[in-house]
Amino acid sequence: MDKEKVRTAILDIIADIAPDEDVSSVDDDVKLRDQFNLDSMDFLDIVMELRKRFNIEVPEEDYEHLITMSSCISYLSPLMKDRQLAS
Amino acid sequence: MAKNWLKGAKTFYDTIVIGSGLAGMTAANKMAKLGYSVLLLEHHYNLGGLATWFKRKGGHILDISLHGFPIGMIKSLRKYWTKDIADSVIRLRKVQFDNPQFNIETSFDKVDFTNILRERFGVLKETIDEFFATLRAMNFYDKLTISTQEVFEKFFPGRTDIHRFLMEPITYANGSTLEDPAITYGIVFSNFMDKGVYTFEGGTNTLIKKMKAEMLKNGVDIHTHCPVDKILVDDKKVTGVRVHGQDIGARAVLSNSNILSTVHKLVGDEHFSDEFMDEVKAVRLNNSSCQVYIGIKKGETIDYVGDLLFTSTAPEFDTESILSKDVTSRSFSFYYPHIRPGSDRYAIVSSTNAKYEDWADLSEEEYLKEKDHLIETTLDALEKYVPNIRNKVDHLEAATPKTFKRYTLHPSGTSFGTKFEGLKISQDLPKQIEGLFHAGSVGIIMSGWLGAANYGVIVANEVDKMLRSQEVDSLATATP
Repeated sequence: MDKEKVRTAILDIIADIAPDEDVSSVDDDVKLRDQFNLDSMDFLDIVMELRKRFNIEVPEEDYEHLITMSSCISYLSPLMKDRQLAS
Repeated sequence: MAKNWLKGAKTFYDTIVIGSGLAGMTAANKMAKLGYSVLLLEHHYNLGGLATWFKRKGGHILDISLHGFPIGMIKSLRKYWTKDIADSVIRLRKVQFDNPQFNIETSFDKVDFTNILRERFGVLKETIDEFFATLRAMNFYDKLTISTQEVFEKFFPGRTDIHRFLMEPITYANGSTLEDPAITYGIVFSNFMDKGVYTFEGGTNTLIKKMKAEMLKNGVDIHTHCPVDKILVDDKKVTGVRVHGQDIGARAVLSNSNILSTVHKLVGDEHFSDEFMDEVKAVRLNNSSCQVYIGIKKGETIDYVGDLLFTSTAPEFDTESILSKDVTSRSFSFYYPHIRPGSDRYAIVSSTNAKYEDWADLSEEEYLKEKDHLIETTLDALEKYVPNIRNKVDHLEAATPKTFKRYTLHPSGTSFGTKFEGLKISQDLPKQIEGLFHAGSVGIIMSGWLGAANYGVIVANEVDKMLRSQEVDSLATATP
């Protein structure tokens, strides 16, 4: 998976978790929490979706890497490099 | 021959959930949506735990705990249940306080509370803003050393009237007291202050019916009338449960039973380490409740006096008088016809916090007499707000801590789970016994409608993590 695909995959997850938010306008360097009104339960949902869709386990101490879109991409890209969407 | 309540159940599941309170059901639904096979076992004939209702002759439907929850519930219902369920959440319009210190009506949100604290109680805007900001900043990982009382004293020193205004509703919402860690107050209060208090249009019966349909749709096997005798453990690992004398295997068991019942009765002390059992022994249960259910005659009406009414004749608020059997403080939940569209019926439910020991040792005769006394004094108190109440009523019934114990199987009939230390026990179960999980009212913040539903998801995440890691392991072993 390249970086652009990783970005799309994350956006897909956020769009499912926050259906009322327009995720296409995401600013990669602004906190996701503030942009899309996400709370700690939403971040837990993101972690569960990453596990379900890509078999990626994000340990609790790494949740801080999910703070902005760019930090998500840099953290997740190496992990998702060889992954494809679970069929 | 007795009916086989386990008919159709399989012999093995990925996850067995014991108890269908809101945490148990939400976890079961989430696990099923993740693709696991799930069995939900409930001892009662209805699902819902304390999110429940009952019907009585004369067309009465009486809700136990419907009013009210914070706005966050809409989001959780939508994410973990359905949009349809979330769309039925409606806001309660008016909350009223009446006690010797003040009589106040409020929409129960930050804007209105700020106005009231300024105009009615004469507090500076800066102090109020800082108070709200302090509570909002509290989180799960905060130190537990500061009590709610200390926070109140810091911002509103000596103002017992303000302390009462801020504390009383939360005491009824989650059983927390002035002496509990401030975080248990701060998180719940902030959730309510966000946008007010909400309820479910259609009543608890409609909500639970929709949740049941959704679970079935997602493949959860649901069996009522199934009290679990034992959680089966072999070599520090969960292997399943025993119910109606039958063993059903599972990779994980998630108990939505009370945490202390889970440890002592369902699993058994002998399976846990001594250090862990020492911690378990220190867990304090929260209090229980008494309720009086007041069904209004068909054709009678009640003027709108608000959806929630916090009344007290006690000169000041304190934890002991709230719990005393000599009741001075009550909360009334008013159910008007608009709560159940199409209905023209009214009902009122009075709730008081109560101690099990005050009710447990009475003789049968004394117990019935005390229940009658509870009903009569409740009607006396209600008369002030609903004149002529005795002529409008045609169903009256009381529940005591013993009633709560019978229907929920909770030790001492606790209606708010355990104090804060119960949370650690709940979260540490899987470290003691592989595959054993708990979700339910612990630590106050995981109590109430929103806390319970969200805790169900938090624990479902832990179960999913474990089951996934097992699959990855077995895959690794299978690969040459």
